[in-house]
Amino acid sequence: MPLKTYERPYLRKLNAGLGNKFGTRNSQVPVTEIDGVPVAKLMEEYGSPCFVLSEQTIRQTYRNAVRAFSTRYPKVQMAWSYKTNYLNAVCRIFHDEGSWAEVVSIFEYRKALANGVPGTQILFNGPDKSEDDLRTAVQHGSLIHIDHLDEVYLLSEILASEGLKARVALRINMDTGVYPLWDRFGFNYENGSAWTAVTKVMAQPRMELVGLHCHIGTYMLSAQAYAVASHKLCDLADEIRKQYQRRIEYLDLGGGFASGNTLKGSYLQGSDVIPTMDDYAEAITSTILQHPFAMSGEIPTLYLESGRALIDDAGYLLGSVLALKRLGDGRRATIMDFGVNLLFTSFWYEHRISPAQEYSSHHEDMVLYGPLCMNIDVVRENVSLPLLKRGDRVVVHRVGAYNMTQWMQFIQMRPNVVLIDRQGQVHLIRRRETVDTLNEMELTPLHLELGQGKPA
Amino acid sequence: MSSGRTPCTVAVSGLNNIDSPGPGMPVIRALRESSNLEVRIVGLSYDSLEPGLYMHDLVDKSYQIPLPSAGTEALLERLKYIQSIEQIDVLIPNFDAELHNFIRIAPLLRDSLRIKTFLPDLADFDARHKAVLFEYGQQHGVLVPKSHTVFTLMEFHRALEAYTYPVVVKGKYYDAQIAYSADEAVSAFYKISAKWGLPVLLQEHVRGTEVNVTVLGDGTGSCIGAVPMRKLYITDKGKAWAGVSIEDEALMQLSRTLIESSRWKGPCELEFMRSEEGEYYLMEMNPRFPAWVYLAFGCGQNHPEALVQMAMGHRPEPMTKYRVGHMFIRYSQDLIVPMEEFEKISTLGEL
Amino acid sequence: MKISQNIAISENGFLFNPATGDSFSTNACGKEIIRLLQEGQSQAQILEALQREFEVDQASLEKDLADFLYMLGNYRLLDANAQ
Repeated sequence: MPLKTYERPYLRKLNAGLGNKFGTRNSQVPVTEIDGVPVAKLMEEYGSPCFVLSEQTIRQTYRNAVRAFSTRYPKVQMAWSYKTNYLNAVCRIFHDEGSWAEVVSIFEYRKALANGVPGTQILFNGPDKSEDDLRTAVQHGSLIHIDHLDEVYLLSEILASEGLKARVALRINMDTGVYPLWDRFGFNYENGSAWTAVTKVMAQPRMELVGLHCHIGTYMLSAQAYAVASHKLCDLADEIRKQYQRRIEYLDLGGGFASGNTLKGSYLQGSDVIPTMDDYAEAITSTILQHPFAMSGEIPTLYLESGRALIDDAGYLLGSVLALKRLGDGRRATIMDFGVNLLFTSFWYEHRISPAQEYSSHHEDMVLYGPLCMNIDVVRENVSLPLLKRGDRVVVHRVGAYNMTQWMQFIQMRPNVVLIDRQGQVHLIRRRETVDTLNEMELTPLHLELGQGKPA
Repeated sequence: MSSGRTPCTVAVSGLNNIDSPGPGMPVIRALRESSNLEVRIVGLSYDSLEPGLYMHDLVDKSYQIPLPSAGTEALLERLKYIQSIEQIDVLIPNFDAELHNFIRIAPLLRDSLRIKTFLPDLADFDARHKAVLFEYGQQHGVLVPKSHTVFTLMEFHRALEAYTYPVVVKGKYYDAQIAYSADEAVSAFYKISAKWGLPVLLQEHVRGTEVNVTVLGDGTGSCIGAVPMRKLYITDKGKAWAGVSIEDEALMQLSRTLIESSRWKGPCELEFMRSEEGEYYLMEMNPRFPAWVYLAFGCGQNHPEALVQMAMGHRPEPMTKYRVGHMFIRYSQDLIVPMEEFEKISTLGEL
Repeated sequence: MKISQNIAISENGFLFNPATGDSFSTNACGKEIIRLLQEGQSQAQILEALQREFEVDQASLEKDLADFLYMLGNYRLLDANAQ
């Protein structure tokens, strides 16, 4: 007689008030392939853990966003938010689709140049722009989004010494009815700092104020907040038109659009509560188009710096089970080969995790730990998964944003990142780190060199 | 079988007829006693101990459904399975926490599973939320106590300046304290934020008598039914133990105006405070039947029946009369259930 | 090692402990272990029986069986006197 398929024995107490398992099959449905490529094959070839990006999903998501805005508004320009994911292959897909670059450091700036983005199509944001950084940006004719008054003065000195002019925008922060307020970047609208900054910049003969920029927050669940922000930016632009007879050429509404991930503490699933790209687009474009500023002359170009909403869905993290154990209180704990070192976003998301092989309908609640010998390394505090065993594979969804930039080289090294192209071909786009990768950066003082005699 | 009654299958959630009861069982009783409908009731439950599961004279068949936190994908999947066995015509969700998801999937239910609902859209659903109720009231000509949502002590201090004492300090989910001075308000802010987290709600205090109305709107500006009630006794959980239908034309007029102006679609419970000056303040608008909706039936208005009829595409006549001075008095009794039934619902998810 | 007397287990894997009123759900392998326990088999005998029945390596089975027995004990389903 052939042996029966084994599933480890399981016992679950039936408690009142804990809901039920019926209909929650989707946490059990195995994800065995990504864009037609078997997960098992990816992990055999590229190891575990391993990040996977789908070019198909990136392009589809991008085109959907462009469609949402450009069917409502005639002049729309996307600028890829480098900090969200600055792997060159990823950036180049966005640039290939027509996206400019939005950078917040000279490091990202140089990446953008190397990715073939003309200097005039780079938006330079952020509080950290040194004298050298600004000089580089000025020389390349980039759009400089000014964050604070010190930057106005510094830039003014550079322009004078170089004998050049710069096209600049002001970063504005404001109350959009969404809290907490993001008032640390740029100039505050309500308390008049924004207007002060306008007068300072307008007084600089070498600065041309061409744009107004805001970025009202992150993972915004209210599309209405963008309507408020658009309105305030238009008000400011209109005031500049009236006072200085200068026409603001573009409004940059930043990003902050939510992805389908579920925030910690949210009762409902992220994908059930987030606005769609069309909701955001409608709020922004209808506000601008109906504002007296837009009606008073040529309508401003709309710039968008969406990052998360454009790349999150395209990223997957593949990993496997290292071990199972019981905690002191009887809870099941599962240790994975990936943790917060790779999934920085697990600090604020409850990432969806799917098994990559078939199971029965039984499932159990568990804590999901990463591999680090550190107490902070918790991927999910409570998740219901099938009866996993050592070596089983899982797929973590929606990890495309921020993880491949905020990952830590801590205890473990960073793994391979692959891209599946539209033909289903797999390309390695970032090699896994090795001990040499890290040692290469280090220097040993002569007296600590091995074989150089005992230290004194 | 009584002749002339239209047969239909109605799925109902909120079978938790416990000490803080859900509206499901009262809705089912009203449907059972309908003179126009011959209903088969499919119960939808989240927990194996919801009493309605075991009330076989009221509920024909029950199914467990996934918690709202599992998401709409899981819910749709489960309803697809249920509909492969049942022929549900109309579904009436009765839990606050599940409404968002049901509203979201309502078009899919209609188009792919032929299950009809009668719910507001998401914009209307969100517009009457606690945090924006003041604006909602302004828009529709109803007084709402002024309120501020605050995230920091500094904001709280700033917001306090716009109020006269006493004020109400409310927690994100529960808890409310009345404060008679700035010191008391700040201390309440600390206590409540420590317990429930931020934000904290600061609200104008309205002294008066609570009066509630159960209302049904047709979504095009008609109020199909409305019955007002005053609670006579409140349990330690803040739920009505007994209440009585009252006559109050001003209140009825206000309720109708709100439903007409907002074009509210579906059932809702309006919670008003009648101030000492005789003004009505809308305190909350719950977008579902209240647990006391059976009183409306007892007073001559069968709201659940009218809802099913509207969901099926009929246009019932607005009900304008109701009996004043009828009371509801809640009671509880123990069902005796063999373990096998609990086993069945727990392991198979159906009963 | 003995399972508490009077533990009733159904075809669906529903387990009821009449002594405490607790109920549980288990899977096919769990059911088999409980049946073997009820027959009075030792841990070693159970291990052997399961290996004859299921496609599994000994190390995994040993570990999983120990964990299952621990959970039975944790939920007070094992007869303390018979240990």
